[in-house]
Amino acid sequence: MTGITHHIPDELLIAYAAGNLTKAFSLVVAAHVSMCDECRARLGAHEALGGALLDDMPATEVSSGLKGRLFDALDDPVAIEQRHDRAGIFPAPVMEALGGLPPKWKPLGLGVRQMILDHDRSGSVRLLYIPGGQGVPDHGHNGLELTMVLQGAFRDETGRFGVGDVEVADGDLEHEPIAEDGPACICLAATDASLRFRSFVPRLLQPIFRI
Amino acid sequence: MFEAPDALCDDSLEAPVAPARVSEGTSSCRESDRVTGEAYSETTVWMLAVRDQRDKVAFGRLFDHFAPRLKGVICRSGLPPAQAEDIVQDVMLTVWRKAHMFDPGRAQVSAWIYQIARNRQIDILRKEKRPVPEELKPVEDTEDDASQVVALEQETQALRAALKTLKPAQRDMVERAYLGELTHAEIKAETGLPLGTIKSRIRLGLEKLRHELKGTERK
Repeated sequence: MTGITHHIPDELLIAYAAGNLTKAFSLVVAAHVSMCDECRARLGAHEALGGALLDDMPATEVSSGLKGRLFDALDDPVAIEQRHDRAGIFPAPVMEALGGLPPKWKPLGLGVRQMILDHDRSGSVRLLYIPGGQGVPDHGHNGLELTMVLQGAFRDETGRFGVGDVEVADGDLEHEPIAEDGPACICLAATDASLRFRSFVPRLLQPIFRI
Repeated sequence: MFEAPDALCDDSLEAPVAPARVSEGTSSCRESDRVTGEAYSETTVWMLAVRDQRDKVAFGRLFDHFAPRLKGVICRSGLPPAQAEDIVQDVMLTVWRKAHMFDPGRAQVSAWIYQIARNRQIDILRKEKRPVPEELKPVEDTEDDASQVVALEQETQALRAALKTLKPAQRDMVERAYLGELTHAEIKAETGLPLGTIKSRIRLGLEKLRHELKGTERK
């Protein structure tokens, strides 16, 4: 995929490689890497380092029966894994999260729609649908927010984000993303804490919409 | 080279001595593997034998090398030994079953197993399916490009050499970041410090990886 200008920062790629990211952020990283050869290569390099560290680890003796138990299992029949492939604008990891089905949108008002893909105490990840020219209410973050564009584009105080681009917003950024005119902007957005909206009504709606 | 403790050598499973390289003349042995077989590291030769010949002797050697190291890494996260061994078994079983996905031009055996171990550890411990990137589909009829495999091995050697130049405290930080004990915020706070040399090595490595990716296409 060409034209991607906003990538996943190294510390997030390392945390993903090490298994240290929440499921919500991992989904954004996996989706971006699916579309970005540069980040796939950088992730591969970090995994090479992880592998070198694994190789250098002092050996911890394993119990004598382990190898035998493993070899007994080698010829066991294997259940075939059901995987969902990329479909339309959605890369494979997003299709996995969708269970292979098209998104079921819920209206948020002003033509904005969302579908929550996953939500737990560690954070949440959702698909957002923003009509062309429409803004998402001004909001800040308690923690980290990753937003990846799947269709269309949006702009905010920090720049323009097109298909495949990821915006990394930490707790300090108060921003007002606006979808570019044209087709609706569809994003994959993950947070590790609830967004706090600055205007009154959206704040009341926060628990209801879990945004 | 690491010597397996006696307890590991489950003799009934060990054939006398595995061939040092993939045996010549086997129909499934790829031309490119044969030409420069001796330049490949031992673990790569074993993994290719598992992939191409389903060679259980070679798989036993991979187990002897990696299982005690995997157990060490998994125990660092505070798991009791028995549970750690269950995960080691699961990881090695996945290595056996997914061997056909191994591409020595894109990942060293250690890097490939590192990534499988991370996926399995999360799937099992958190009881959730870890989101993973789409697989790249190799272009039809391509074989392992021996020169690229060797280039990647050399790059990894350089990376290891760079790791060895770290001071103990820096080394500890890198281990904690890559073996899963630092959050991304902690990594961010520490970034730059000991990672300097490493980063330039990673950049060199990724040049080669990116070149490699041009030869593959998505499903």
